[in-house]
Amino acid sequence: MIWIETIVQGVLLGGLYALFAAGLSLVFGIMRLVNLAHGDLIVMGAYLILVVVSVSGLNPFFAALVAAPFMFTVGWILQRAVLNRTLGEDILPPLLVTFGLSVVIQNTLLEGFTADSQRLSMGPLETASVNVGPITMGTLPILTFGSAIVVILVLNWIFYRTAIGRAFRATSDDPVTASLMGIRPDRVFATAMGLALVVVTIAALYLGTRSNFDPYVGPARLIYAFEAVIIGGLGSLWGTLAGGIIIGVAQTLGAAINPEWQILAGHVAFLIVLLVRPRGLFPRAFD
Amino acid sequence: MTQTYTASARTRAGTLSGIAALILLVVAIVLPSFASRSLIQDLFFILTMLTLAQFWNLLAGYTGLVSVGQQAFVGFGAYMLFGATILWGVNPVAALFMSGVFALLLAIPTAFFAFRLSGAYFAIGTWVVAEVVRLCVAQWQAVGGGTGTSMPRDARDAMWGVEWIEILFDVRSSAARDILAYWLALALAAATIGGIYWFLRTRRGLALAALRDNVEAAKSTGVDATRMKWIVFLVAAFGTGIAGGLIFMQNGRISPDSAFSVTEWTAFVIFIVVIGGIGTLEGPIIGVLVFFFLQELMADFGAVYLIVLGLLGIAIMLFAPTGLWGFFAKRTGIALFPTQRRLETKR
Repeated sequence: MIWIETIVQGVLLGGLYALFAAGLSLVFGIMRLVNLAHGDLIVMGAYLILVVVSVSGLNPFFAALVAAPFMFTVGWILQRAVLNRTLGEDILPPLLVTFGLSVVIQNTLLEGFTADSQRLSMGPLETASVNVGPITMGTLPILTFGSAIVVILVLNWIFYRTAIGRAFRATSDDPVTASLMGIRPDRVFATAMGLALVVVTIAALYLGTRSNFDPYVGPARLIYAFEAVIIGGLGSLWGTLAGGIIIGVAQTLGAAINPEWQILAGHVAFLIVLLVRPRGLFPRAFD
Repeated sequence: MTQTYTASARTRAGTLSGIAALILLVVAIVLPSFASRSLIQDLFFILTMLTLAQFWNLLAGYTGLVSVGQQAFVGFGAYMLFGATILWGVNPVAALFMSGVFALLLAIPTAFFAFRLSGAYFAIGTWVVAEVVRLCVAQWQAVGGGTGTSMPRDARDAMWGVEWIEILFDVRSSAARDILAYWLALALAAATIGGIYWFLRTRRGLALAALRDNVEAAKSTGVDATRMKWIVFLVAAFGTGIAGGLIFMQNGRISPDSAFSVTEWTAFVIFIVVIGGIGTLEGPIIGVLVFFFLQELMADFGAVYLIVLGLLGIAIMLFAPTGLWGFFAKRTGIALFPTQRRLETKR
């Protein structure tokens, strides 16, 4: 029984990782951009929500709604002004520029908010739990997992059912041909990054409510997110969820055996998947 | 009259800079006799970062192996140095060689795994490998587990050459250890630059430069790209491991977080290479000087220097992707370490 409970906790944890990864998966799938600042952008979102909460006294959920349009704008401008210039065959420019962004964001947050760890308070919701049969599950983890599913459903709907989604898919497959059809790849990419940062805001909400955060926690979150994306396969959002769940379950199983093995078990699971399937489990797009 | 042609990489600027480099090296060797201790420490920092940068440049600049996991070799090399001195009583100076060898041994399975991946996957894959090594080392209780450990006093005092330096310069043992570390760093950096320079002027080096310029074209003329990647990856791991061992030998204290820091041993190194100029020997030298002076200039402003460093790196990547040296060399045609072959006529 304890094993089933462990696995369920792992699946729910995987929902959190999928949320961290969904925005990354979107930009990676559409423009092959390796955004090493993604984790730091999540942390930045958490601080933004924190500021909105402390200024307005709103509940963090509503504060995230206030923060989301702002984050969309940040993403849009970032892509138009900086990141679009780095796209191309060579992976070094995006890697270096986003590494630079990561360092800039971390240290700007450090200057602005000090290194003290912070937390978004959810009141009684933090400790609430639900009993399903013999298994007890936290309400917040369930909410996180549900949010991950909703985010992926919405993103997939945008991706496959709307005009901008068609533009996303077209530029992902072949930006040159897409631009012959009147699509402006630079604008499409900017919209995609804006959308990714809206997802980042949602991820930030759960990052901030489920654990403490400080300006330096970004890279650790980034690595789980990347693992989820790569396990899932390029361009597949459901694959990203599957990847998040694999990492989450591996971590809770590892932790059940020895608490010090939690993170290690997640990484090892990632390495094994990559060894067997170097392109991930469900790749949609081809390189 | 028959003419024979020979291909040569010799230029006048190259000869002059070769002589200048030799003079500089001699000055650097005798420097501890009159320089202050803080200058020696600064130079140690510059030389070790330069070594790391040269090896990363060799990887990314020549074979396109953009690794984000070089901290694996820094940290593993450093931990093996501590392990060898604490557990087996090896002299720290001798253990430096083991740092390199163990880093090389780690690089073999890493390469088997990482070479299956390409581009972004390779970058992330190497990073995850480094994290795995960090987490495994953090379980190693004999060297302090997750909190780390210090170099034992008797191992520190037993370092080869320290007593001799104490007598030679009439300094205390702590200053003598700094001088020893500085000399070792100087030897390592000189051997690294000299070695890479020599290699680039051999036949294999020509193959490497061809790979840098155009992979497909190089392959079509018979360059074995996979083999070059293996050679470069293993050599870089060996050198990076020794540099890691040396950095933490001088530091005297080690912990998994500091030894496997992605920011310090990979991000900063990438900035140094890109700011200076990727794919050249001169670039990392310029880059490390910029990095150091930036740090000195803004020492009083805390994290601001990192923000400036990040922004500078971004700006250079966007507007002068060949770096400061590339920008300069393109306008002047000067190469301090010429590796380009030119045809010469001999009558």
